[in-house]
Amino acid sequence: MTSPAELLTVRDLRVEFAGARGRAATPAVRGVDLTVRRGETLGIVGESGSGKSVTALAVLGLLPGTAGITGSVELDGRELVGLPGRELARIRGSRIAMVFQDPLSAFTPVYRIGDQIAEAVLVHQKVDKAAARRRAAELLDLVGIPDPVRALDSFPHEFSGGMRQRAMIAMAVANEPDILLADEPTTALDVTIQAQVLDVLRTAQRETGAALVLVSHDLGVIAQMADRVAVMYAGRVVETAGVDELFAAPRHPYTLGLIGAVPRLDTRGGPLVPIPGTPPAPSQLTGGCPFAPRCPLAEDRCLTGEPQLTGPESHLAACVRADELAERRPAPAEVYPVPDVPPSALAPLRADREPVLRVSGLTKTFPILKGAVFKRRVGEVYAVDGVELDIRRGETLGLVGESGSGKSTTLFEVLGLARPEAGRIELLGQDTAGLDRAAVHRLRAQLQIVFQDPMASLDPRMPIGDVIAEPLRAQRTPKPEIDRRIPDLLRLVGLEPAHASRYPHEFSGGQRQRISIARALAVEPQLLVLDEPVSALDVSIQAGVLNLLQRLKAELGLAYLFVSHDLSVIRHLADRVSVMYLGRTVEQGSVEAVFNTPRHPYTRALLSAVPLPDPVAERARERVLLAGDPPSPTERRAGCRFRGRCAVYTALAPELRTRCEQESPVLLDAAPDADHAAACHYPTEGQA
Amino acid sequence: MTGAVPTVTTADAVIENAPTTVADAAPAGRGRLVLGRLLAARGAVAGTVIVLLLFLLAFVGPYLTHWHYTDIDYAAMRQPPSATHWFGTGGLGQDVYAQTLRGLQKSLIIGLLVALLSTVVAGLVGACAGYFGGWTDRLLIFFVDLMLVFPSFLVITIISPRLKNTGWIAFVVLLAAFNWMITARVVRSMTISLKEREFVRAAQFMGVRPLRIILRHILPNAASYLIVDATIAVGSAVMSETALSYFGFGVKAPDVSLGTLIADGTDAAPTYPWMFYFAAGLLVLFVLAVNLIGDGLRDALDPTAEAGRAPSRRAARLSRSTRTPKGSR
Amino acid sequence: MLRYLAKRLAYYLLLLVVSVFLAYALSSASLNPRAYFEAKQPRPSAAAVDRQLTALGINDHTPIVERFGHWSSDLVLHGDLGRSINDTSVNAEFGRRIWVSLRLMLIGSLLGMLLGVAGGAWSAVRQYRISDRALTIFSFVVLSTPVFLMALFLKNGAIALNQASGHQLINFTGYETPGLTGGFGAHLSDWAVHLLLPTLSLALGGLATYSRYQRGTMLDVLGSDYLRTAEAKGLTRRRALVKHGLRTAVIPMSTLFAYSFLGILTGATFTETIFGWHGMGEWFINAINENDTNAVVAVNLFAAVVVLASGFVADALHAALDPRVRH
Repeated sequence: MTSPAELLTVRDLRVEFAGARGRAATPAVRGVDLTVRRGETLGIVGESGSGKSVTALAVLGLLPGTAGITGSVELDGRELVGLPGRELARIRGSRIAMVFQDPLSAFTPVYRIGDQIAEAVLVHQKVDKAAARRRAAELLDLVGIPDPVRALDSFPHEFSGGMRQRAMIAMAVANEPDILLADEPTTALDVTIQAQVLDVLRTAQRETGAALVLVSHDLGVIAQMADRVAVMYAGRVVETAGVDELFAAPRHPYTLGLIGAVPRLDTRGGPLVPIPGTPPAPSQLTGGCPFAPRCPLAEDRCLTGEPQLTGPESHLAACVRADELAERRPAPAEVYPVPDVPPSALAPLRADREPVLRVSGLTKTFPILKGAVFKRRVGEVYAVDGVELDIRRGETLGLVGESGSGKSTTLFEVLGLARPEAGRIELLGQDTAGLDRAAVHRLRAQLQIVFQDPMASLDPRMPIGDVIAEPLRAQRTPKPEIDRRIPDLLRLVGLEPAHASRYPHEFSGGQRQRISIARALAVEPQLLVLDEPVSALDVSIQAGVLNLLQRLKAELGLAYLFVSHDLSVIRHLADRVSVMYLGRTVEQGSVEAVFNTPRHPYTRALLSAVPLPDPVAERARERVLLAGDPPSPTERRAGCRFRGRCAVYTALAPELRTRCEQESPVLLDAAPDADHAAACHYPTEGQA
Repeated sequence: MTGAVPTVTTADAVIENAPTTVADAAPAGRGRLVLGRLLAARGAVAGTVIVLLLFLLAFVGPYLTHWHYTDIDYAAMRQPPSATHWFGTGGLGQDVYAQTLRGLQKSLIIGLLVALLSTVVAGLVGACAGYFGGWTDRLLIFFVDLMLVFPSFLVITIISPRLKNTGWIAFVVLLAAFNWMITARVVRSMTISLKEREFVRAAQFMGVRPLRIILRHILPNAASYLIVDATIAVGSAVMSETALSYFGFGVKAPDVSLGTLIADGTDAAPTYPWMFYFAAGLLVLFVLAVNLIGDGLRDALDPTAEAGRAPSRRAARLSRSTRTPKGSR
Repeated sequence: MLRYLAKRLAYYLLLLVVSVFLAYALSSASLNPRAYFEAKQPRPSAAAVDRQLTALGINDHTPIVERFGHWSSDLVLHGDLGRSINDTSVNAEFGRRIWVSLRLMLIGSLLGMLLGVAGGAWSAVRQYRISDRALTIFSFVVLSTPVFLMALFLKNGAIALNQASGHQLINFTGYETPGLTGGFGAHLSDWAVHLLLPTLSLALGGLATYSRYQRGTMLDVLGSDYLRTAEAKGLTRRRALVKHGLRTAVIPMSTLFAYSFLGILTGATFTETIFGWHGMGEWFINAINENDTNAVVAVNLFAAVVVLASGFVADALHAALDPRVRH
């Protein structure tokens, strides 16, 4: 029976996907127990393949026909598993509604947003079309879409990612559901937009009194939003507790490891705690604890039986040693092996180290073309418009910015080694504007890149030995030398030389990223450009790659240009940081200075938007929400480009605003000799 | 508790080498995987067997009878199939078996050559246009569109009077010349998306030269599409060839092809069916078998064929379904 | 949207002009009308042949560009397609034949498209069931049969049927019974009977192609996120499939429409010839054999206009179906 407070009860939910052409079925969810109470927020956290999204979809019966579902899902005492489609349809959208991950593909591309929201109203309520449309406009207003009546007639592709996710939430709350299921609702979004959307979710929850089930891989988002948390691993819940207790005193080694693996915005330095190995494939489950092969606390008894969730009702954990952990409360690093990172042996004084890369005033525009056959130029996109970079030997510069800020364009301009449209690029003291082809070719060896997606950056048709040899061949290295180098390189990044004849698809994501790094290091470059190198990886894997990068930097004296949207990772790894907004560098300096005393209002908003994987610290923070989306870079307006969204500008007296409107701010040092500069007329002084 | 904490290792990286399913697969995994999937597709297996048998029939079959395709048996005109004339005889006493096999030979050779030629052209032109972009691309696309304005049948028919004395090789070149455009378009759009892929960008930033990138990265990654397309192109080339030959614009006497045989037998079909249906049946059988192989190959080469379909596959699907009618319909 | 279509139209007009010139040049270079006159009995003098060729505007001693100039200015200024080799008006012949061909092509292609789209969508929803497999096998066999052979099969089948029944059940020669008396109803049913086999020859191919392709796009859509969203809203599976699934899955069919018209055009040439329809296709083949340059060029003009018009219709369809194209 369900107690009145319990709205949704999931008992022993199992989901299997039928194998193709008679192959064995793959279990995705293997006995999940969950309860959702009225009005609460339940966070479900887990890495890819943990079964968290499948669980959410199974509750609504939205899995494809190949999925077999057993167990029980009760809504207010009514069993949903096995309910005929027509009756389930009546519950979907009215009592339980869903917000999906990718809002672009989740809207039907050919219908207007307003019609799609009105449809949700019309399915469940006996109202006429005009009333449904009015309701849709109200809903869009609720989720903070400007000019909602006009927005009704937009098509999904005309909305930005954040707007689409808002509209998705509006559609979900159209019938005031009791439960809102949100499956990774902010994963595809930038961090400031994520903060907005999370805020909208809170508003929607407040307005409708719905319970929220938030599925996410991001411990920070979970810590910020959830009342209770369930941690999933290999298709099961391994730990569930109130959010404070879970983060403060985890009782499952996996939860402990996850917390240790996440880089944090508010602390710095030291190696992260990687969880060894990778999650098991469903076919590899042997009957023991699925986490045992990766667990530093594993004992013989862990290999024989899968532990059940036990403990007090308020804090359940599926580990035979949960009580020990509850009692001892170890820090992650006390349980997990933590690699040493040798200290870097470089001259500590920045001024004493020679510059590796210097970029000043870099500009790059893309023409906007019109015409079917004969294109003509009708305008320009200022993708990059005033970027400053300065990297010295052995240091890491973190380049931060949201999508559309021009990070990638900056990288490709630097990597192109050509004369820039405007400004100056100097690599190892050589101005790229004056290089001939041979010099460019030689210089290429000093500058290598590691891309974001480890699958896309390796040619799937080449064995990894050839992949790593490619830059050497391009530099005309003799064959015996190449053959000698490849095993060394594989060992350097922690892979086995025997792997050279394997193809990329035979490796896991983290291993592929190591291959990418080995390829980049093959020609012994001085500067490595890392373009979001860990954002496609799960946190437990990401920690291992970040540790490797730190070790390589110390051992080989490399300089990194590290591009990331994840400020926590930058904080963890970088020595200096450079913040971009709409193609311009708005703030730069040492990591300590920029993160502790941000001067530009954009940097402050950015830092404030990053959720901390710590519920106590999260609640104590003051939040600066950034309004709206970044403006289009097609117009090059006078004055400061940030002022449209700037809290400082809004608060200024009208006579002081004129400066922001007319004069484009330049980077100015915070103090003489300080490694900290911001491009703002009214920079903030003091602590963040 | 303390004793359970293992010693700290510095080999932070090695830990990730814990076995995963894929990492344990043999290096030759992909080839074996594709073969396994292909064998699982019954249609493709049946298609392969049929094609092999037809080749055997076309090239070994003629030695099993003493009749030559030019022989005329005056004692037997319009005779139904018998022990002497396995497929019966024609209006002048020709041995239909010998003639049909001769025609099958010619049709198979023409189909293979046309598919090979047009796929090579399509791959190179499409990849270059997509990779270099700009004016190269724009001119090429205009050219392709221009060639698509007229059905190839019309153009080949107009040119054919000029080719009266050049034999069937010129005909092969002509068929190939009007058979590559749609494939090239697909390869071009595949190249454009491959060009944005990070492994190609990585190669560019390593200083690998454009032609080498096309040969080592672009074409191998378009290969599965090209293989499937070439397979199906064999079928469509044979259909084009027979259609043109049927109307007297393709293979001409003294050469015979399935098309000319069908043309000769058309009027006799209701009364002397063997003069028509052996050639017609073999033609349909061969094209069907080739299409089955192509379909099975596509599913085998495409890991997502079962569930969702990748965009490039979608393109392949488009081209396949559009090209089949294009050649001869 | 209008701007987009106007741009496409301009591009097609450019293609039309260039392609018609190329067709003219190719026909003039390849055909040999001189041989037609020289083969006449009694053989006319070289000067007489030259005079006749010049009068028809197809003298191979005049540069091609000059000939094309005359031909095209006649066409643009007077709508005159010239005279055919036996000195009759190409325009008159064109007018007689064009409706015969268009009737066949339009009915055949529309029928094939509608049946194919419906069959493909149905087949996808019933993936791997007997009905899906049956349609798949049928499509494969049809796609492996050249149109001319399909027409011959149908014709032979009809002959066998007529012989077996002893009546002329299916009349397959020409597009009407000459000298038929009776009212409008009699004419209509006569037309329909004559239309049956030729239309079927064309429509079957279209049906097979469209259904294979529609099945593929529909399968893609079946796994899409927005279909799941529609269901999560509370729509039943069936309603979600029709309203959100099928509606999106037909968009790519518009591209296929343009390409398939190339096939229809070729196919119509074959069926006309085989079923004795006096349409453009039959005219084309006769004209080639008679070295009748102006008639060949006229058919080419017709083909180019049909193909480009179908391309334009496809673009308009695409823009109407997909809001993403309009911007």
